[in-house]
Amino acid sequence: MASEVGREDEIGFGWQIAVFAGLAALALVCAPFVGMNHIPFSALWGEADDPSEITILWDLRIPRVLMAFLAGTALSTSGMVFQAMFRNPLATPYTLGVSSGAALGASLAIQFGWAFALMGISSVSLSAFAGAVLSMGLVYAITARSRQGLSTATMLLAGVAVCFFFSSLILFLQYMSDFTRSFRMLRWTMGGLESIVQFRDVLGVFPFVVSGCLIVWYLLHELNLLATGEEFAFSRGVNVQQTKLLLFLSVSLMLGAVVAICGPIGFVGLMAPHICRLIVGPDHRRLYPAAWLFGGAFLVICDTAARTLMAPTELPVGIITALLGGPFFLWLLLARKQDFGAV
Amino acid sequence: MRNLNTNIVLEARKFSCHIGSKAILRDVSFQIRRGEYVSIVGPNGAGKTTLLKAFDRMMTGEVSGELDICAIPWRDWKQADLAKLAAYIPQADSRAMPFTAEEFLLMCRYPYMSPFATVRANDRKVVREALVGTGTTGFAHRRMDTLSSGERQKVYVAAALAQGAHIWLLDEPTTFLDYHHQAEILSLVALANKEFDVTVVAVTHDLNHAVLESDRIIALSAGEVAFYGTPDLIMKPDVLQRIYGVPLLLVDHPTSGLPMIVPRRTPEQDKELAKWRAKSEEKMK
Repeated sequence: MASEVGREDEIGFGWQIAVFAGLAALALVCAPFVGMNHIPFSALWGEADDPSEITILWDLRIPRVLMAFLAGTALSTSGMVFQAMFRNPLATPYTLGVSSGAALGASLAIQFGWAFALMGISSVSLSAFAGAVLSMGLVYAITARSRQGLSTATMLLAGVAVCFFFSSLILFLQYMSDFTRSFRMLRWTMGGLESIVQFRDVLGVFPFVVSGCLIVWYLLHELNLLATGEEFAFSRGVNVQQTKLLLFLSVSLMLGAVVAICGPIGFVGLMAPHICRLIVGPDHRRLYPAAWLFGGAFLVICDTAARTLMAPTELPVGIITALLGGPFFLWLLLARKQDFGAV
Repeated sequence: MRNLNTNIVLEARKFSCHIGSKAILRDVSFQIRRGEYVSIVGPNGAGKTTLLKAFDRMMTGEVSGELDICAIPWRDWKQADLAKLAAYIPQADSRAMPFTAEEFLLMCRYPYMSPFATVRANDRKVVREALVGTGTTGFAHRRMDTLSSGERQKVYVAAALAQGAHIWLLDEPTTFLDYHHQAEILSLVALANKEFDVTVVAVTHDLNHAVLESDRIIALSAGEVAFYGTPDLIMKPDVLQRIYGVPLLLVDHPTSGLPMIVPRRTPEQDKELAKWRAKSEEKMK
C-alpha cells in the first residue's frame, strides 16, 4: 500500500516537473520574439526584411533572455539554500550582505567615474563583483573567528552587520554625489537587465552559475538534513561545517557574479523557492529542479514584461517581480489547505 | 567497518572540556562495553549532555584528554562512518520540521547514500521495518511537526533504527512524556538493548527508572564523575546527598526490592513556610 502511495506521488511529481520544464522552455523560446519590435522567427537563421531585426534578436534579445534565465535560477537556488541552511523562511539571497557589498562597489565606480573594462565587462560590474566578494570575505572572516565555529546564527548577524555598514557607506556616497550620479546609483540598486548587450556578460556569469548550481545539486541530501537541524544532520553523518562552508562560498560567488551584472533584483530569491515548495513539497531533491526551472522562467517573463509594458520606457524588473509574484504567492498560500511549513 | 568487534565501545580517559575559562567536563574517565545500558545522571548543568554529545563527536568548546569510539580516537572518525554506528537521539522538541515521519526516516539512510542517488528499495525496506518495529506506521505519512511529543520521540528512536546504529545516545528521552509514552519508549530501548545488543547511553533525571533499566550508572557533578558503578550502589542516602546536594528519601520498590526515591518535604521547607505564615498573620493584624 505504502509503495503505491509512493508511486502515485512519483507520477504526480513527474507531471509537476514537466509543467515547470514546459513553462521554462516556452518562456525561453517566446521571450526573444516579444518586444517593441515584433521579430519574425526567420530572423533566427538570418532571414529578415530588415537586417536590424537580426541584430536586435542576436545582440540584444537572446543574450538578455539567457541572462534573465541564469539570474533567475541563481537567485532562486541561493534563496532555497539560505532558507534551508538558516532554517528561516525569511532568508533571501541578500541576507548575508552580498548585495550591499556589490552596491557599494558599483556606487564607488559610479561616483569616481572609473572607466576600465576587462574582457568587455564594465567597470561598474567589475567593481560590484569585487564588493560582493569583499562582503562575503568579511562575513566569513567574522564567522570563522567566533568561538562557535561556523555557526549560522553568527553568520546571519555578521551578514546583517556588514549589510548595515555598507549601506551607510552607500548613503554617504550618494549624499556626497551630484544628482545624476546619485540617480545612477539608485537605479543600479533597483536591478535590471537593460545593460546586457551581446554575449560577453552572459559568458562571464555562466561559469559561476553552473558551478554554483552543480555544487548545490551535489549537496541536496545534506540540504534536506540541514533543514531538519544541524545536530540532526551531524548525527546522520553530514560534515556540517564543511557543507555549510561549501554552500556559502559557492552560492555567494554565484550571487556576486549575477548581482554584479544585473543589480540586486528582489523578490525572486525569496518567493520562487516558497512558491515551488507549496507545489512540490519541501524535499530538496524535488524542490531544487522545480526552483531552478521556475526561478529562471519567472525572471524571463518578468523581464519581458518590464521591457514591453511601458515601451519604449523600461521598468526596473524588480518592480515587476514583486507585482506579479506577490499576489500569486498569496493566492497559493491561501488556496493551500495544508499548513505552510517553516522551511 | 573497522574494529567493530572490540568489546569496549566507548572510552574516556581524562577527558575534559572547557568553554572559555569555564570547565564543563573535568578529567572524566570510564569505559562502556558493548551491549551495556548505561545511564548518565546528575544535577542540571553537570555536563551530562555535553558528554553524551561528545560520543557523537558534537564537541563544544576546547577539548583535552582522550575519547575513543570503538577503540578509535574521536578525531580520526569520519562522521558518515560514525553515523552507521552511533546515533544521537535528542529530546522530542517542537522544532519545525516540514517532512513526514517516513521522509524523515528515509533521510536517516544518508550514510549509505551517494550524492546523486535516489532512495533504493533496500532503504525503503529498512525504514518500513523501523516504522513497524517502533509502532509508528500509523503516522508515517503525517508531518513531523504535527505529531505529539510522544509520537515524535518514537520516530526519533525509529531514526536510530533506520540509521542502523548500534550505539544509541539518548538525551532525556522520557522527560516530557506522559506515563504511557514513557513506558513505550523505555520498553523500545530495553528491547533493542536486550534483543539486538544495542549499547545504550541515556542521560536522564529519572533515577528510579535508571536504576531499574541500567547495567551501570555514571553520575556527574560539576563536570566530574561523582559516581560510577552498578545501580544498587548509587541508591544510598549519603551517595545521593553528595551528588545532588539535597537529602533524598528512599523506600524499597514493592516488586523489585530496589531502593527508590520518593518525593518528600524537607524540614527546612516546613520551617520556611511556618515562618512565612507567622509573618503574614502578623501583617494581617
